[in-house]
Amino acid sequence: MTAVATEGVPVRAAARRQSILEIDRVTKFYTSRDAGSAEPKRITALSSITASVGRGEFIALLGPSGCGKTTLLRIAAGLTGWDEGSIAIAGARVNGPRKDACMVFQHFGLLPWRTVLSNVVFPLELDGVPAQSRREQAMDLLKLVGLEKYTEHFPHELSGGMQQRVGIARALMRKPLLLFMDEPFGALDAQTRERLQEDFLKIWSTIGTTVLFVTHSIDEALVMSDRIFVFTPSPGRIKAIVESPLAGERIGGDPRAHPAYGPSRHELRGMLSGSEP
Amino acid sequence: MSNGVVDVAVRPVVSKPAFGSLRWWLDHPNAVRTLSVAVFLALWEYFGLKVDPLFLAAPSKIVEAAIEVTRSGELLHAFLATFYPFAIGMAITIVGGILVGVAMAQWPLLEYILDPFINALYAIPRIALVPLIMLWAGLAVGGKVVILVSIAIFPVIINTFSGIRDVRGSMLEVGHAYGATKAQIFFKIVLPAAIPFVMTGIRLAVGMGIIGIIVGEFFTAQTGLGGMIVTYANVFATAKLFVPIIVIGVMGVVLTELVQSVERRLSRWRELERDRG
Ligand SMILES: Nc1ncnc2c1ncn2[C@@H]1O[C@H](COP(=O)(O)OP(=O)(O)O)[C@@H](O)[C@H]1O
Ligand SMILES: [Mg+2]
Repeated sequence: MTAVATEGVPVRAAARRQSILEIDRVTKFYTSRDAGSAEPKRITALSSITASVGRGEFIALLGPSGCGKTTLLRIAAGLTGWDEGSIAIAGARVNGPRKDACMVFQHFGLLPWRTVLSNVVFPLELDGVPAQSRREQAMDLLKLVGLEKYTEHFPHELSGGMQQRVGIARALMRKPLLLFMDEPFGALDAQTRERLQEDFLKIWSTIGTTVLFVTHSIDEALVMSDRIFVFTPSPGRIKAIVESPLAGERIGGDPRAHPAYGPSRHELRGMLSGSEP
Repeated sequence: MSNGVVDVAVRPVVSKPAFGSLRWWLDHPNAVRTLSVAVFLALWEYFGLKVDPLFLAAPSKIVEAAIEVTRSGELLHAFLATFYPFAIGMAITIVGGILVGVAMAQWPLLEYILDPFINALYAIPRIALVPLIMLWAGLAVGGKVVILVSIAIFPVIINTFSGIRDVRGSMLEVGHAYGATKAQIFFKIVLPAAIPFVMTGIRLAVGMGIIGIIVGEFFTAQTGLGGMIVTYANVFATAKLFVPIIVIGVMGVVLTELVQSVERRLSRWRELERDRG
């Protein structure tokens, strides 16, 4: 796969030169107390993770559940601490949530008492941006995600796919440098999921934000990302970093028809299953 | 992401049921309600004129009595004597109940300090405390207010408290991820999420408050609608006795409806959420 990647995407490799996220030997423990046993158990959720993400890259964090993908994302988002190593965004050590790094949640995370428009406006409301201005920006993004007709609906009046479109619009309100997406399409049915993958890639190609995208779907990782960080569980670590050979095809093209699609899937599946005891 | 798809509910076409059939009555609940009340009043009038007026007054006699006490100004006077302390008491109940509930939910230490008293007071039928409260707070407006508050404040405190405690962690995470300050998390996430609970507490408090004020008037000075009931009961003026009872009933229905309509508006999102599961 590496061979295909080097022919296929020379442009992306160049874009990676300017680093935006530096993860250096990050280790994270959780202590959990089982109901049965008296002494607390220490779980190594992440073991010495090292990786670098370039500006504008689309990174997939791929692995079975429980291997620490969410933990790594939450650490990078400043929502939880870590125990060893260091992590920096744009040269600055992570130290709590940053306004230029926004999150898209698996279960959408919309505030159910707010309408669509009011949900999208939320980040700029926190920032104290004047109502008129934040409303205009939200309308632009709602147009971009195809929901301009649903501004006054409540989240629960919308389908899951539409709710996640709202989640994406909200995350883009601050024009973030970095976008964290934790299995954003994991709660959707297969068809809606493919629609959103396609539509999100189109949006991403116009804004060029750096994306960290958690998934446990090999297909999703291959079709959407520049590079795939392949995780293995207990302790969570990055087993391999793989370039997707389909990166050049993903916008407007049909990445699943690419000759490298089948072999790459096979290779990734081998990596993931090889990790199981 | 241009054309979002919505599910459109299809309403099945059903032929209209014949007038008078069971189906027709089920489709016209208000017709059933009106008829039910009309039959009840007719029976009451019929039997009311037959039995000893000491025990039961017919509706026509009650209307006559109502006109008499309205003309003399006695009813308005009694109503105001009840409503004035009621309004003060409810204001204290709502504001105080919310403040105590919020404070207990925010500071666990305060919760531990207060909850034995709240549980104990909630368990005792508060009516049992009325003579004691009269002893302390007197027989006038102050006594009525204290009795009302002591009876009605508990559902507001308890609902506010549990509404805030029940706010889902995922909602708070949204606030944290977007860098909300503590105050922003409280006012933009915690409080709106708890409002439906608070409103339910207020609705329950209105019902209890009406009981509280009337009980207070039964025990205290012979003023207000409660006082009017006691006075006319003592002299067996049954028709006049019914007038304040009806006024209290109407007051209860109107106020409960009022609160309920506000509650429905503010809680619409919860209904939607529940419907969608
Ligand atoms: N708050 C927590 N407390 C204790 N253990 C946790 C906590 N969060 C995650 N873990 C454990 O850490 C490991 C990694 O979890 P997570 O990052 O959620 O994995 P993933 O997102 O890849 O499914 C799992 O074994 C999980 O049980
Ligand atoms: Mg996860």
